[in-house]
Amino acid sequence: MSQGTERVPVSAGSGWDLPADLDKAPATVPDPATTPVPEELRAEIEAHMALYPDPRSATLPALAAAQRVHGWCSPEALEQVACVMQLTPADLAAVATFYDMLETTPVGRHSIYVCTNISCSLCGADELYEAIRTAAGDDAELNVRSFECLGACDIAPMVSVDGIYIGPLKVADVPQLLEDVRAGGEVLPAKQLARRPCADQEADS
Amino acid sequence: MKLLFDRIDEPGLNTLEVYERRGGYDALRKALAMPPEAVLHELEASALRGRGGAGFQMGKKVSFLPKGGMDKYLVCNADESEPGTFKDRELMQKSPHVLIEGIVIAAHAAGTTRSFIYIRGEYVQQADVLDAALAEARAAGYVGEKILGSDTSLSLVVHRGAGAYICGEETGLLDSLEGKRGNPRLKPPFPANQGLYQGPTLINNVETLATVPTIVRMGGAEYAKLGVETSTGTKLVSVSGHVQRPGNYEIELGVPSREIIYGLAGGPPEGRKVKCWFPGGSSSPVLTGEDLDIPYDFDSMAKAGTMLGSGAIIVVDDSTPILDVALKVAKFYRHESCGKCTPCREGTNWTVTMLERIESGEATPMDLEIMASVQEHIIGNCLCVLGDAMAMPIGSMIAKFRTEFEAHMATKRLAAA
Repeated sequence: MSQGTERVPVSAGSGWDLPADLDKAPATVPDPATTPVPEELRAEIEAHMALYPDPRSATLPALAAAQRVHGWCSPEALEQVACVMQLTPADLAAVATFYDMLETTPVGRHSIYVCTNISCSLCGADELYEAIRTAAGDDAELNVRSFECLGACDIAPMVSVDGIYIGPLKVADVPQLLEDVRAGGEVLPAKQLARRPCADQEADS
Repeated sequence: MKLLFDRIDEPGLNTLEVYERRGGYDALRKALAMPPEAVLHELEASALRGRGGAGFQMGKKVSFLPKGGMDKYLVCNADESEPGTFKDRELMQKSPHVLIEGIVIAAHAAGTTRSFIYIRGEYVQQADVLDAALAEARAAGYVGEKILGSDTSLSLVVHRGAGAYICGEETGLLDSLEGKRGNPRLKPPFPANQGLYQGPTLINNVETLATVPTIVRMGGAEYAKLGVETSTGTKLVSVSGHVQRPGNYEIELGVPSREIIYGLAGGPPEGRKVKCWFPGGSSSPVLTGEDLDIPYDFDSMAKAGTMLGSGAIIVVDDSTPILDVALKVAKFYRHESCGKCTPCREGTNWTVTMLERIESGEATPMDLEIMASVQEHIIGNCLCVLGDAMAMPIGSMIAKFRTEFEAHMATKRLAAA
C-alpha cells in the first residue's frame, strides 16, 4: 500500500501492476482435502459466511481474521481463506491489495497508524510521524504507517495503536507512547479518545 | 437544542438499560403501531436531508424503493472517511442504540428485511460498541423475527470495512459489502432499484438514520419547524484544524457560520485570523475569512459555490501557506482514487505532480492554467465524484489564492536561479 504523504508512484504496491508469471498455471480453488486450515480460523470464517445471503460478502472479515492469525495476508493465509470460502487465491489477492488495513507484506505485530491528513497535519502531524518513525527505528514488532484521515480530528494530531485512538499528541509524548506499546499494556491511558467528553458544552447540561 | 447530543456523555448510555430508561425504543413501538406508509409520510414531512454529504431528502429516497415482496435491503453508511468528519464516530460510540432504533424504524417504513451497518475498519472500538448494543437489542426483541410481536422482521449485521475512502461512496460501498474491491458502479441504475445483490437498497448515513426516532417522536411537521425551510432540523458539525476547541457540536441548521467557528469552537489561536475554511469536509470548495457570515445550511452553502457536505468544518489560519493545504488535499485523493476512471486516476496524480513542481520552483505560470484545466476535465467525467472531490477544492484554491500561488512560484524561481 502506498502511503499518503510519501512521494511514491500512485500505483506502487497496489497490486494491479505487479508482473505476472505467464509460465505458471493459474491457481485454482484450493482442495479442502489437501489444504490444512486452523480449526478456529475455519470456524470464524464460516460464521461470517453464514451472516450474508451471498457468502462472498464475508471476504473482508475473513481476510481480517486470517491476518490476525498469520500477521499479514500471506500466500498461505490467502490459500486458507480461499479454501474455506471456495474462491481462488487471486480473487482474494485482488481484494487484499485494495484495502489499506490488509497487509500484503510482512509487518510488525503492533500497528501504529499516524493520521497525516489535513486537520492533523495543520496541528503538527507530519513532525509527529517523523518522530515516531525515528523512535521506532528498525523495531520489527512495530508497524508505523502514515494514514489518511482516521476520523478523530478533535484530538489532532493523533494515532491509532492497534485500533485504540490516542491524542492530542506532542513529539514529547513519543518515548512514553512507544514504551507503553512495547510493554503491551494500556497505551497513554489519559490521552485515549474513549475517555474524552463531548466538546459541545450544552450537550451535557 | 440538543436532539442527538442530548446528555450524550451520560454514563451507560451505550447500554440498553440506560437508553430504555430515557425513553429509548418508544419511538419504535410507536412506529410499529403505524402502517409503513404513515411512517414514510412523517419522514417526508420532516424534509430531513441526508447527513452523509449529498443532502438528498431521506423520505424521498425511501419512497423510491419499489413496492412488493422482493428482497430489499437497508444499508447504513458508517464509513465516515471524509477528512475532517468525526460526528458519526462520537454518536456510535456513545449512543449506539439510537442508530439501531432508527434503522429498525426506517426498515419498517421501507419494507426491507435485511440490514447492514458498513462501518470503516479503523473504527474498531465503535464497531465493538455497536456489536454489543446489537446483541442487547436482539435479546430484547427489538431486532430479529416479528419485532415486538408485529409483522415486521429485520436482520442486522455490523460489517467492518478494511480502510478505503471510496467505500463511503454508496456504490463502492455496495461492491465492498459484496466482498469485492470497492469500485463504484455506473449510475443509473440507482441503488434504490438495483443495489446490494442487485436488489432494491436504501442507503443512509449514520446521523440520518439516528435522527429517525426523533422524527417519529416529534412528528415530521414539528421537526420541520427546526432549522430553516430547505434545511430542516439540527446537524452535528465536526470542527477541526486551527480552532481552540475542536470537536462535535449540534447546531440548528441556518445559524451563521461565524457562530460555529468562533462562538462554539473558539476560533483560531490568539493573534491569528481565518485564512480559509472547508465548510463540508476536504471535498468542499474553500471559503475565506470574508465568508464567515454565510448561514450554515445546505442551500446557503450551495449559493456560495460550495457545499455543506458531511458537516465538517476545517479551519486554516493565516500562518499556513495555501500550497501546503492544496498539496495535502491532492495527495489524499491520489491515494484514495480507486483507479477505475482515467480522469480521476490520472488527474489526481498529475495535480500532485504539478503542485510539487510549484513547491520545488520548477513550475511556470502556465502550469497554474494547466492545473486549473485538469480540474475542469475531471469534473463530471467519472463514475463517482471522488475526482470531483479533489477538483472542486483545488480549483477553488487556485481561483481564490492565485496571487499567493504566483508569488510562491516567482520567489522559488528566483531562488533556483
